Amino acid sequence: MNEDDVDRIDRNRRHFLTVATAVTGVAGVGLAAIPFLSSLKPSARAQALGAPVEVPIGSMLPGEMVRVLWRGRLVFVLRRTQEMLAHLPDDVADLKDPNSEVVEQQPKYAVNATRSVKPEFLVVEGSCTHLGCAPLEDFEVRPAESWNGGFFCPCHGSKFDLAGRVHKGVPAPTNLRVPPYRFVRDDLILIGQDTGAA
Amino acid sequence: MARIEAEVGRPQGGFLKWIDDRFPFTATLKYHVTEYYASKNFNFWYVFGVLAFVVLAIQLVTGIFLTMNYKPAAADAFASVEYIMRDVEWGWLIRYMHSTGASFFFVVVYLHMFRAMLYGSYKKPRELIWIIGMLIFFVLMAEGFAGYLLPWGQMSYWGAQVIISLFGAIPGIGEALVEIIRGDYSISDITLNRFFALHVIVLPLALIGLIFVHIVALHEVGSNNPDGIEIKQNKGPDGVPLDGIAFHPYHTSKDLVAIIIFLMVFSAVVFFAPDMGGYFLEHANFEPANLTATPEHIAPVWYFTPFYAILRAVPDKLWGFILFVFAVLLPVFLPWLDRARVKSVRYRGWIYKSALAIFVVTFLTLGWLGTMPAENIYVIAARIFSALYFAFFLLMPYYTTIDKTKPVPDRVVYHG
Amino acid sequence: MDRLRLLSGVTAILALVISADGFASSAGAELEPANIDPGNISSLQRGARNFMNYCSGCHSAQYVRYNTIGKYLELSEEQLVDNLMFNAEKTFETIQSSMPAADAARWYGVAPPDLSLMARAKGSDHIYNFLKGFYLDPESPTGVDNLVLAGTSMPHVLWELQGYQRASFAEHTEGGVTSREFDGFEQVTTGMLDEEDYDEFVRDTVNFLAYIAEPIRSERRKLGVWVLMYLIVFLVIAAMLKKQIWKDVK
Repeated sequence: MNEDDVDRIDRNRRHFLTVATAVTGVAGVGLAAIPFLSSLKPSARAQALGAPVEVPIGSMLPGEMVRVLWRGRLVFVLRRTQEMLAHLPDDVADLKDPNSEVVEQQPKYAVNATRSVKPEFLVVEGSCTHLGCAPLEDFEVRPAESWNGGFFCPCHGSKFDLAGRVHKGVPAPTNLRVPPYRFVRDDLILIGQDTGAA
Repeated sequence: MARIEAEVGRPQGGFLKWIDDRFPFTATLKYHVTEYYASKNFNFWYVFGVLAFVVLAIQLVTGIFLTMNYKPAAADAFASVEYIMRDVEWGWLIRYMHSTGASFFFVVVYLHMFRAMLYGSYKKPRELIWIIGMLIFFVLMAEGFAGYLLPWGQMSYWGAQVIISLFGAIPGIGEALVEIIRGDYSISDITLNRFFALHVIVLPLALIGLIFVHIVALHEVGSNNPDGIEIKQNKGPDGVPLDGIAFHPYHTSKDLVAIIIFLMVFSAVVFFAPDMGGYFLEHANFEPANLTATPEHIAPVWYFTPFYAILRAVPDKLWGFILFVFAVLLPVFLPWLDRARVKSVRYRGWIYKSALAIFVVTFLTLGWLGTMPAENIYVIAARIFSALYFAFFLLMPYYTTIDKTKPVPDRVVYHG
Repeated sequence: MDRLRLLSGVTAILALVISADGFASSAGAELEPANIDPGNISSLQRGARNFMNYCSGCHSAQYVRYNTIGKYLELSEEQLVDNLMFNAEKTFETIQSSMPAADAARWYGVAPPDLSLMARAKGSDHIYNFLKGFYLDPESPTGVDNLVLAGTSMPHVLWELQGYQRASFAEHTEGGVTSREFDGFEQVTTGMLDEEDYDEFVRDTVNFLAYIAEPIRSERRKLGVWVLMYLIVFLVIAAMLKKQIWKDVK
């Protein structure tokens, strides 16, 4: 072996070791980044505070709505009257997604004509799907404006019907989100959890 | 025509050139990294500067993540630390890295300073580097002290109480000064809040600024070496010092090995002994601050104990404080206290070698004494070793003058 | 040669560090070692039960969540609810005492301290000896004093189990100064447990307290092994690279 060969072997070896060191180092830094990024996720306390909330509905009158907070997010629970339910099919032509086809906006059991487990009770998040403002309720039926009652977002004018379905021609892209929930008893709704023990 | 335009329009040298025309990127890189020449015979003692940089990075990153969950209020601070330790995902790791990093910062800096004493790195022309380094050390002490209050445990509270009260010893303005530091009549929520501001903003900014200046000054005069020879006095025809090798890739590849070994020791502490037997995390600090009861035995964290031992050795509040300040400040004057004609311990006589050895023993013993209760035998020992501490510095002009030095070679000693 | 020295140096430091985990047993050398076994899950389960039955009436462990314990102690949610959660409804709640702190302070003079971190603040041995160290003292308002923590306002909660004991002290007079030195316990009434079983009961309880003081202890040690292994591999590669690059330096 002459000097040039030794040189070449050394060069190759050096190149290989440089790459190996760089790869190992970058892998190490990458692994070390995991704990730091994970620490940004909701902590055990946030999860505890974000636990499911119970809403007693036994004393709610037809047409009455309550606001509750789940994970710090506003949730509307509305006991719809028979008249309200009767109006639901009327709007369909005006709606962007009348059949709840955008899947992430509701659990499977809320994919139906009333977007609810029991038709009487509407449970939707009070957060406009445009930019997160809290919509206002406007249950008055005004045929002149072809308004059958629903929710109106004061920020940018988005409109939703009484199943939380978004109207056409407004900024909000999708229906109001239905959170996971279930009826623990006939007079008690648990928001935030739909299976398992309370 | 089109061809000429294409050639003119294409940036010559690409993106890097575009940057270099506007910012001295390549030049800076060359000056500080690829064409910064340092002696080839750096030994073990020369890794601690880089390691200090690594610890600084660890402290900054973990510190930022801690501030996202920590609450600087007397009512919440202790609980928020436990919140980080238990509820925040991986919070325990981040917190242990930060608490361990604090101690390692001092380990590394003390060794870094000792290196300077071994090889005379503070001597001309590096006096200013040394002074800036001492300023870094002072800021680091303040940073460590402010940070130690934040968990609001028993030791946090009472340690701060003792150290802040020190300033009350200054005649005339003492009491007023103490109130200004605390912002209250005792250490309180207000004190905690401002110490937090100092710890996360003021002092880190000062630290980073000083470290920047430290390195700029170092790269201006060039690094010292274990032989204490100015390698710039022996340059080759290309203007590169004959004994110098480029910082990158030579010193960087060596430093990387040192960094990994350092990280092994660091990880061993973080994962297997984060309390370090009560030295890195003091046991009493696992109890929330209790304003009505001082812990039985109160000692500052280990990195302050050498100076704390000197403070306690004096049975007088004012003189204790004066000697304490004196002990911390004295090393600043090393460049002028040391009269030897050679830099490195390698070419010094037995007198300096013995003095340095005694100093090391003295400093470690004082550190140990500072953790011990202030009882008879320990107080007497603390007095003896305090005297030795001051003697090392104050007698230095004398013993370095009479010490017989050996001739220094022209070129560094290097065995391939 | 140098490399060998460096390697043995690093190994020595690592060994030293790893042996420094937990409490240095310097202060109060007369303490009997608790000899807890942090890896023994059934001991921890018994300790958890003891804690909930005998301690949590007065002491909280306000930083500890039930579900954290349940997961580590391999308890199902049902077991957790039925056996441990006397003061809580949800598994994510923290352990609160059933006694309001203000009342406690009025009854005992001081509020019973939170026990989340007690084992880290005082050490397992200290608590082990404390729980074994109650002895009759007619002058004390609770009827007992404690060998480890003299003048404690805590009553002997475990008297039914341990029974009551008397402490005898030997008096030494040296140079006009009289000092009392503990000489031994003497059983006055017998409890439900014999001495060995009582020690075991206390040991389990202390084991649990040590666990809740740092729930991630075993996790960090496990992870530490992986981190060190990674660093060893990295070290070998980086050392080879350094050697290769330094071939240039003559």
